[in-house]
Amino acid sequence: MYEIEQMIQDAIAEVEAAGHQQALAEVKVKYLGKRGEVTYLLGQVGGLPAEQRPAAGQAINQAKAEIAAAIEDRETVLLAAQLQHRLADEQVDMSLPARGQRRGGLHPVSLVLAEIERLFTEIGFSVVDGPEIEDNYYNFEALNIPAHHPARAMHDTFYIDAELLLRTHTSNVQIRYMQAHQPPIRIIAPGRVYRCDSDMTHTPMFHQVEGLMVDTGITFTHLKGILEAFVHNLFHPAIKVRFRPSYFPFTEPSAEVDILGERGWMEILGCGMVHPKVLENVGIDSKKYSGFAFGMGAERMAMLKYGIDDIRLFFDNDLRFLEQFN
Amino acid sequence: MRFSEQWLREWVNPALDTAALAEQLTMLGHEVDAITPAAADLSAVLIARVISVSPHPGADGLSLCEIDYGADESVEVVCGAPVCVGQCYAYAPVGAVLPAGMSVTARDIQGVRSQGMLCSAAELGLAEKSTALLALQPEARPGQSLAAYLQLDDHLLEVSLTPNRGDCLSIRGLARELAAANALEFRPVRIQPVASETAARRTITLTAADACPRYAGRVIEGLDVTRPAPSWLQERLRRAGIRSLNAIVDITNYVMLELGQPMHAFDNDRLTGDIAVRHARPGEAITLLNGEQHDLPTGSLLITDATGPVALAGIMGGEHTAVSDTTRDIFLESAFFTPVAIAGRARALGLHTDASHRYERGVDPALQPVAVERATALILAVCGGRAGAVVQACSEQHLPHSLDIELPYGQVAALLGKAIPPGEIAAIISRLGIQIIDKKSDKIIARAPGWRFDIGLPEDIIEEIARLHGFDRFPAELPESRLAMRQASPSSCLAGLKQVLVERGFQEIISYSFVGDTLQKRLFPRQDGIALMNAISAELGVMRLSLWPGLLLALLHNLNRQQQRLRIFEAGRVFTQQTALCQDQKLAGLIYGNIYHEQWDNPYTSSDIFDLKADVEALIRQGSGPVTCRYERCQRDALHPGQSATIMVDNHALGRLGMLHPRIQAALDIAEPVYLFELDLEKISPKKPLKYANISKFPSCRRDLSILLDEQISIEDIRVCIKKSAPALLTNLELFDVYQGESIDQGEKSVTLGLTFQRTSSTLADHEVEAIMASVMTSLQNEFGARLR
Repeated sequence: MYEIEQMIQDAIAEVEAAGHQQALAEVKVKYLGKRGEVTYLLGQVGGLPAEQRPAAGQAINQAKAEIAAAIEDRETVLLAAQLQHRLADEQVDMSLPARGQRRGGLHPVSLVLAEIERLFTEIGFSVVDGPEIEDNYYNFEALNIPAHHPARAMHDTFYIDAELLLRTHTSNVQIRYMQAHQPPIRIIAPGRVYRCDSDMTHTPMFHQVEGLMVDTGITFTHLKGILEAFVHNLFHPAIKVRFRPSYFPFTEPSAEVDILGERGWMEILGCGMVHPKVLENVGIDSKKYSGFAFGMGAERMAMLKYGIDDIRLFFDNDLRFLEQFN
Repeated sequence: MRFSEQWLREWVNPALDTAALAEQLTMLGHEVDAITPAAADLSAVLIARVISVSPHPGADGLSLCEIDYGADESVEVVCGAPVCVGQCYAYAPVGAVLPAGMSVTARDIQGVRSQGMLCSAAELGLAEKSTALLALQPEARPGQSLAAYLQLDDHLLEVSLTPNRGDCLSIRGLARELAAANALEFRPVRIQPVASETAARRTITLTAADACPRYAGRVIEGLDVTRPAPSWLQERLRRAGIRSLNAIVDITNYVMLELGQPMHAFDNDRLTGDIAVRHARPGEAITLLNGEQHDLPTGSLLITDATGPVALAGIMGGEHTAVSDTTRDIFLESAFFTPVAIAGRARALGLHTDASHRYERGVDPALQPVAVERATALILAVCGGRAGAVVQACSEQHLPHSLDIELPYGQVAALLGKAIPPGEIAAIISRLGIQIIDKKSDKIIARAPGWRFDIGLPEDIIEEIARLHGFDRFPAELPESRLAMRQASPSSCLAGLKQVLVERGFQEIISYSFVGDTLQKRLFPRQDGIALMNAISAELGVMRLSLWPGLLLALLHNLNRQQQRLRIFEAGRVFTQQTALCQDQKLAGLIYGNIYHEQWDNPYTSSDIFDLKADVEALIRQGSGPVTCRYERCQRDALHPGQSATIMVDNHALGRLGMLHPRIQAALDIAEPVYLFELDLEKISPKKPLKYANISKFPSCRRDLSILLDEQISIEDIRVCIKKSAPALLTNLELFDVYQGESIDQGEKSVTLGLTFQRTSSTLADHEVEAIMASVMTSLQNEFGARLR
């Protein structure tokens, strides 16, 4: 028995001494392998007197279990150490920058247009589009702006020829849409518009969003309700809004919407109840239906939202400007 | 329009301070853009009378003036400008600070001590420039404060009036609005007819009575036009931003500002015969007051005498008959020209005058005789003289007549969303001068006053009711609406495409839709862009044929600002005129420089055409789904002939891509190659409905194939050939190597492809795959003379 005790002690000492997995595997072979010491001792059991065999067998199996357990424990320890080592090895500087393609971005005017589109499509408005080279009828006459009307002087128009021009507002889309659709109508029409004007607050091209809602029972209080909600959602729920009487040939009553900023009231959009002549021009019964229309400049919205002071920056396309909105 | 607050308050004086008055005008629809003080602080400046003048003993051109400024003792000042004994002037005593920041000190001028100074209007900030001292009227009292005398405690209100409200282009008009808003009485100035003292008169004929239904005129004789208009009148003109010229012109301007009636005074001695208002005949011309000579378009409305045109009606008088320093007699004109007759006329000649501005918007057709009397009285008071009788020509039938408008109360509530009580409706419209013809239980019959050219429909009156009731008193309510669903809009499809580009590192730009013809012609020498008749500059002269010019301009702008790498795109319309006008939506992009921005663990690799293909294919997949693109070599002036293609899907061209032609790259002084694409948005949008395909349970089997063949044979042709000879079971075909160079013969290339086969019903046996590979190889051999490598 002493022999077995000694073997266990030796084996455990060797297991503890194994500094890596290879050494541990060798210890395992030496004791538990096919030709290992435990196997050898088991082989000797058959040679013992019969009454000694059970005890000897039990003792050797006991020893085998003890050694196996020690090896397993040691293996766990070694694996853990090895993992620790690897983890330490694989440490990187997490502040190193990311690799690969950096995300680009949308133009600030697109961002504002997308936000406006989102707000209106959520309440059931469709986004529609129309031509940018337009004729006198759709840009002016159908909107109740006859030739020589003083309101035309407010639109410094680019002409292609006597009949064709670059649209001065996206209001042409409301005419085209109403010609093709009967109420209920809920649309917004974002797009490029053109006026021959160029300075710090004017560029010869800019973007407008036109909106139109025509249905039975649409009133001035609805116009106020929708646009007030719009301004509160686009800018800030607590922003002060006022509706100020104004004049557009294609709406009546007409109003400008102002918001209260740090430097007083600022005009942000024009609106009004669709003029009965406009409804007649497109074949909608003005006795049965009424509606409101509004229009706003996207650049102006973006300037207010982002604190931009020069409208020309939008069209310089300087990456140092554009990338600020990504 | 700019005017003095004091002047307005003479007509109507609500109990509101300046800011509240301005706010009220704004909320009536007459937006006050600016409120400025009428003058700088002149509290130290006094009125002084010159007692005696003597030449300065030590300096030519200077004089010594003894002045009385209300103090016990007179003082002596040195003066450079001419002065008259007995005349009152503005005196800045020692210690006063003038608007330009100069503080007045007692100083020795050539040995004489000057106790302050006499001032010109410019030195007091009351004029832009002056040639003489500011001379005051005899009623001025020495010692009185100048500010009090000139009533400088005033504000200038700048109102931006909408074009429908010509009636508000006067003190009278704005006063009427304020009176209505505050339910105050409107107090017009009392105007008495001036009796005629001479028989002098001119006959007036209205040949174009439809354009000029009323013309009032009067001759005034024996004037001294060298006498200046009184300083209070000049001050009011100054505060309205109108320069003082001579008493006659000042007075006609004053009456225009006060009443809204534009007037003109002719030198009566330079008129010949009768006055006629008629349209221009072919070949007529006139030299205007401003010295400009104009050939008159036929149809222009003219004032003529026996010799021909003497004024462009409602716009400007002629030079020949203008009032000058030597004028003794005048013919005063006060006419009503219809807005239609004047609208656009001034603009067409490049003119814009206070008169045309008012006539285009509508002048009160009842005002003409009243204005003549007002101007006459003022002129006689200043210049003396004798007035003739007022001669009036009028065509009653051509005067505007207001129609009766039926206004049901129900319509007011239906449009505004709030019921306004009938009593309030009646009160508002009467205060605005709208006549109530009849009142029924459910409606009002109303008639607009002659000065309102913007009221003809019930809606016009409803607008007035809303305006006077106050827009802010209407609640904000959300409408109820029927729900409706709809297809995805083109705009949401575009948003998806833009997002793909953004994720792939592209920055969106927006460039002008018009570009310079020179740049555009470089790219598209065979096409003409649609030209603008009135472009701002040559660089913005023609409509773009493509989005590429704008992208290239953005590239150049950024390269000039030290950027070295760009990935940019733009979406928008391009404009072509072939048989019809086309304005199609395009989506285009440009890449330049390194694929990636500079980074610590990526080698510098220049973008090339294949990077661009990846971007384009990602876009097409987003827009059209899993389609196969083919690239057909194309010849375009803008692109490198060996690196450009038309992008084809199902035999439709979706767009084009390629390297900017090196010739253009060099001409634009760009260092590295530029890669461009442009897609037709309409063709990219429709997605085919997808159909699901079974996933095989059986393993796939891959074979690689390495072949040698002529370098001219395209990979596309090889793929088509392989797919044709191994149809059903080939599930994937991957190109993984193309090699030319060492160990490959000149003019040949080595191409290695991976073919993956799979069957849905059973595992493929080796011999089956070998048979397919053999047939593939045979096809490649037969079609291209390819050899196994």
